[in-house]
Amino acid sequence: MIKTNFHTIGIGVAFSPNLKANICEAARLSLFFESKLVLIHVGETSSEKEQKLQDILNPFIKQNLNYEIVFKTGEPVDVILSISEDKQVKLLILGALQKENFVQYYLGTIARKITRQAQCSILLLIKPSVERVPCKHIVVNGLNDPKTKQTISIAYYVSHKLQSKKITIVEEITKQEVAVIVHDDKSLRKSAIVKERIKRREDSRVKQIISEVPEHFKLGLQTKTQSIFGKRGYSIGHYAQFVRADLLIMNAPLKTRFFDRLFPHDIEYILSELPTDVLIIR
Amino acid sequence: MTPKKNNMSLFFKQLPKNIFSGFVVSLIALPLGLGLAMASDAPAIAGVITAIVGGVIVSILGGSHVTITGPGNGLVGVTLVAISTLGLETAYAAIICSGVLLMLLGFLRMGNLADFFPSSAIQGMLAAIGLIILGKQFHIMFGHKISRANTIDYLIEIPYTINDALHYENTGLIYAAGAGVISLMIMVFYSKIRNKYLQLIPAPMWIVLLSIGFSYYFEFILHKNNPIAIDYMIPAIPSFSEITTELPNISFSGIGGLGFWGSVLSLTLIASIESLLSIKAVDKLDSEKRRSNVNRDLKALGIGTIGSGFLGGLNVVTVIARSSVNVNNGGTNRSSNFFHALFLVVFIVLFSSQLTRIPLPALMAILVYTGYKLASPDLIKKVFSIGKEQLIIFFVTLLTTLKFGLIIGITAGVIITIIIHFIINKNITLFLRHWIKPNVLMFREDDEKSNYYVSVKHFCTFANFYRLKQKLDDIPEENDVIVDFSLCDFVDHTVMENLNNYQSTFSKNGGHFDIVGLDMHDADSKHPFALRKIVAVPKLFGYNLTGRQENLETISNDYELVYSAEKNKDTLFLNPFLFFKVKQINHIYNELTDKSKSFKIFDIEFSEGEFIAKEVIRTSMLHIVLNTSIPVFTLDRESLIDKVYALAGFSDINFEHHQDFSKRFHLVGEDKEKIKTLFNDDLIHFFESNPYYHIESNGNSLLIFSKQRLASTKEIKALLDFGKRLKHVIS
Repeated sequence: MIKTNFHTIGIGVAFSPNLKANICEAARLSLFFESKLVLIHVGETSSEKEQKLQDILNPFIKQNLNYEIVFKTGEPVDVILSISEDKQVKLLILGALQKENFVQYYLGTIARKITRQAQCSILLLIKPSVERVPCKHIVVNGLNDPKTKQTISIAYYVSHKLQSKKITIVEEITKQEVAVIVHDDKSLRKSAIVKERIKRREDSRVKQIISEVPEHFKLGLQTKTQSIFGKRGYSIGHYAQFVRADLLIMNAPLKTRFFDRLFPHDIEYILSELPTDVLIIR
Repeated sequence: MTPKKNNMSLFFKQLPKNIFSGFVVSLIALPLGLGLAMASDAPAIAGVITAIVGGVIVSILGGSHVTITGPGNGLVGVTLVAISTLGLETAYAAIICSGVLLMLLGFLRMGNLADFFPSSAIQGMLAAIGLIILGKQFHIMFGHKISRANTIDYLIEIPYTINDALHYENTGLIYAAGAGVISLMIMVFYSKIRNKYLQLIPAPMWIVLLSIGFSYYFEFILHKNNPIAIDYMIPAIPSFSEITTELPNISFSGIGGLGFWGSVLSLTLIASIESLLSIKAVDKLDSEKRRSNVNRDLKALGIGTIGSGFLGGLNVVTVIARSSVNVNNGGTNRSSNFFHALFLVVFIVLFSSQLTRIPLPALMAILVYTGYKLASPDLIKKVFSIGKEQLIIFFVTLLTTLKFGLIIGITAGVIITIIIHFIINKNITLFLRHWIKPNVLMFREDDEKSNYYVSVKHFCTFANFYRLKQKLDDIPEENDVIVDFSLCDFVDHTVMENLNNYQSTFSKNGGHFDIVGLDMHDADSKHPFALRKIVAVPKLFGYNLTGRQENLETISNDYELVYSAEKNKDTLFLNPFLFFKVKQINHIYNELTDKSKSFKIFDIEFSEGEFIAKEVIRTSMLHIVLNTSIPVFTLDRESLIDKVYALAGFSDINFEHHQDFSKRFHLVGEDKEKIKTLFNDDLIHFFESNPYYHIESNGNSLLIFSKQRLASTKEIKALLDFGKRLKHVIS
């Protein structure tokens, strides 16, 4: 089942300073996953633009890259989403905008909207590079959620393909789950016991999922589990930033409404402050 | 797990101690209660009623351990306003309502309310309260009752009152002023005289005993009337039976008015802040290092206040001075608070008529001294030493409070603090963007020591300290904690001061609380609690060492090392190490070198990648120069060395006789034979029995480090020890 993942990779192309780096990353990934690359540009067709894209793709075409360039005018979000659907894109790559200063990255409005509405997996790049920067450490969420199993197995598949060295599965445990409020020594002891119990339970749940991942994906890969007691969606981003992970893999959120953007939660924290490259699995 | 203690027998064993300390506390509580009530324009007995009701109710229902409850200094100002604007009967209604609000705060778990105010603003507010008390009572102490509209007017008139007192012709007034001045002297000099018989009775009680003795001396020996003017004596104190039978009239008629609710809010705010600060401070004194349940205490204080209000008493708050006396005299649990109330009942039953022999100036001298302590010049000096900006916050709060009242005063303090933070950082978006978002990550590090690691992002000030506090409160105090501010741009004074409290609690309980990542931050005073913000281009170090740097200095003294905090660009000695093949070293700093220059521990900043993929990493390392030459090798446990595998084309060296070692460690190097000779049984046993470190040799020196982050001082000591023993084994 995993084989069929990402057979088509799409990328939204804008002629920005990051163009070359973004396309190089996308092309490399297409080669790694042996998939077809669809370059989507919102705008008029012109031979000049096409030539520019061809130039960038040339070294990859030599390695038998299967690709397609689509030009279409219209509202960027709608165009990219509709073409992704037409071409059956399984993974859409978006370059995130970098604002303010070196450490903080914010998503542009277009990338943000697409992330919320897309029906396929999304990869957000914050630091695309023309040369390959090896992906050494992947952090993936281990939430107690039906989607997690798929996310973790894809994470192993990706790390296998990218030859990563280490994968950390983070279980975020909210305050509500502990359900003990610490206000004195007695409740502190009680909460420590409850936390230890939850941690064991979560660990064994994640181990169960890991054990179902095919062995050859796990070869040469170091697996670690880390439970964090904190705000869901926030802690994992902060953790990924702290351990300097190269890729953060997350479950897709449930539908987000306007209300969720006012009071950010879960994935919204990560979108507002990208800690590293983020892959959202749908 | 600790075995369950036999609580009942322990309680009875400690009972005599608690009865005694309750007795000593009641000796102070009696004069203070009378004085505070008089200063608030309430009947003198109201203060004692407050202490009795508070002591009984809070000792039964409360959640703290060694605190004493009763009428509070902070409330004098607000109670005074409430009584003078609403009248005594409506003021009792306001007190009852504030009790309900306090209880509500407890149920809403607002025990962290006091954390939401900048500590300099709280200091300013307390100083203002001190001046309010001092300003008004100073005149009474000199036998010169005046009434002015404003506290500032009272303060300005102090010199005139002194001048008047020097020219009194009425002997009654001269005696009154004399009693006041002598009492003030007793308060000031009591703590300076170290005499064990004198110290048996607390200073306020000496004042009471001496003035009652004075009055009896005139009555029985000289057969004259008390020479102190009758206006300046405590008005009639009702007997105990009168107190219990004649409850005051309480009028809820003002309940619709704005002034009424203004008073209720001020009473609640001050009562809760004073109580919460006191509980926090008393917890630090507790010999058994227990944690108070503040929310439960708030509920109990609320119920106490309601009861006290109905019986004709004032707001019940937790008071710091009486609580500290309780701790000093051996109080170990809430029963001492109960006994303090019980002894007060005994005093009122037996001596209520004697209490009217106390002159008012003597009682007010106690309050003048208390007021002075709250607003003493030492305090201002301390605030100034933390930073100029704290002094601005302090004075803005102080003056606004004096002029416009407590609620507006503390609000002004909060606003000026926020404005100052904006100005210092020249960046409003930093605060606005991140204020409502979480910014704290806490997890247990996944190794044998399992430290708690807390990382804070963006900014950390009084406005969002509660998030950090919530995490820190979840950590049992006997653990090791590392708080890392390297991702944080700005840390304010309130946070630094609170973290310092945590530091002392943790070290008291056998834990360890380390703050790292502030070395890159700038501060403009030498005080350890000064606010710190990150600077884009770090200045030269040396003007202000952080707590961690000071600890490093101490380590350097203890281990006879030379410490230098300065940045050092001379990092050539690190280049031969494989680890740095693909990394760019920026500089090393916080160096600890031994006399022979063979050991060097340092923090290092290096970067991986370039331009937008660039990551700056700071970590702590140990470098040892060896006397002998050894083969080049790298020893690690995990995939850290995988990065250099490819570059050097090495593979893991295994030992047939040491399966465990081979399984746990990756050992790579070019000259396999020589490495195998170097790793003899002793060395392998050494590695097997010690914690993991990443170790590299470049032929004549070793590089040792563990994590890719700065080490806490405890970890530095461990690293140093490991290095020393390793050198011993290798050579």
